[in-house]
Amino acid sequence: MSTHTDTLAHAGHRGHGDDGHHHDHDDGAGHGSFSGYLTGFVLSVILTAIPFWLVMGDVLGDSGTTALVILGFAAVQIVVHMVYFLHLNTRSEGGWIMLALIFTLVLVVITLSGSLWVMFHLNTNMMPMPHDMMSMP
Amino acid sequence: MSDTSVLHPVSSAAAPADALRFYVPDEHHPQNGTLLGFWLYLMSDCLIFACLFAVHGVVGRSYAAGPSGADLFDLPLVAVNTSMLLLSSITYGFAMLEMQKNRLRATLIWLGITGLFGAVFIGLELYEFIHLIHEGAVPQRSAFLSSFFTLVGTHGLHVTFGIIWLVTLMVQAGRHGLIPENRRRLMCLSMFWHFLDVVWIGVFTFVYLMGVLP
Repeated sequence: MSTHTDTLAHAGHRGHGDDGHHHDHDDGAGHGSFSGYLTGFVLSVILTAIPFWLVMGDVLGDSGTTALVILGFAAVQIVVHMVYFLHLNTRSEGGWIMLALIFTLVLVVITLSGSLWVMFHLNTNMMPMPHDMMSMP
Repeated sequence: MSDTSVLHPVSSAAAPADALRFYVPDEHHPQNGTLLGFWLYLMSDCLIFACLFAVHGVVGRSYAAGPSGADLFDLPLVAVNTSMLLLSSITYGFAMLEMQKNRLRATLIWLGITGLFGAVFIGLELYEFIHLIHEGAVPQRSAFLSSFFTLVGTHGLHVTFGIIWLVTLMVQAGRHGLIPENRRRLMCLSMFWHFLDVVWIGVFTFVYLMGVLP
């Protein structure tokens, strides 16, 4: 008997919580605040300026290192945009937004790394081309 | 039998509708599926760009004895372009904040500024393309230039359609006010606009900055 009462109380509570959530959803659809947008903007400016400075000023000297560093800055800036501009969180739309994003990221990583890996090896295993053919359009 | 008699007082106390639902699946259905659906569209768009980035990663150094990124790219111009898109992102954010405060005029003004920044971005990109084509760096010149024009052009096309959409929504909002339908549309365009800025981060890093590295 006590179990049943618990379940019902639970259900009642759930219903109530759900109502609150719906209400939140209706007027909170916009989310985001002035300070949030400003934080995102300032962070983006910094994260954009540093890679341009690294490349245009040739600060690090080695191009491999520079490439890795600016890719790192790009990744951080993408996260900044997702959080401060797109307002992504694990709860929006019942978690489906985040799930779709993770699925897409997996596909993107497979596409990019797979293509680069396979094509790089195909390139290195190619027969060397005669020099005069290299200059043909 | 005895079970029902025990349950009855409790169920009458609770709301009659969910009286005998012992297990309520706690699945939260999105109130408004439009935003989730639009997000799924953006993710499929993301895959298009991922494929174009993969192509550029593969053939981005195949110059066919033609000009390389270091010869062609004007990084200060790209920096100005990047700041235009970033500024348009934050002005769109301000438009959304004004929309939440239900101020139609301020929303329209910020949307207009966003559109102007977007138009300047497109103008600079077209100027760059025309400049490249005049120098003989046409898409047919090398695999590098083909993939460059495809990737950057696809992004520019998205921004162009974003501006058309923006103007349409400004007219809609000006005529009908900030009704729920227009709010929903502006939310979708907001996601689209910020998403394009995210893609541009990849473009200026991967195509321009890494393209001029030796």
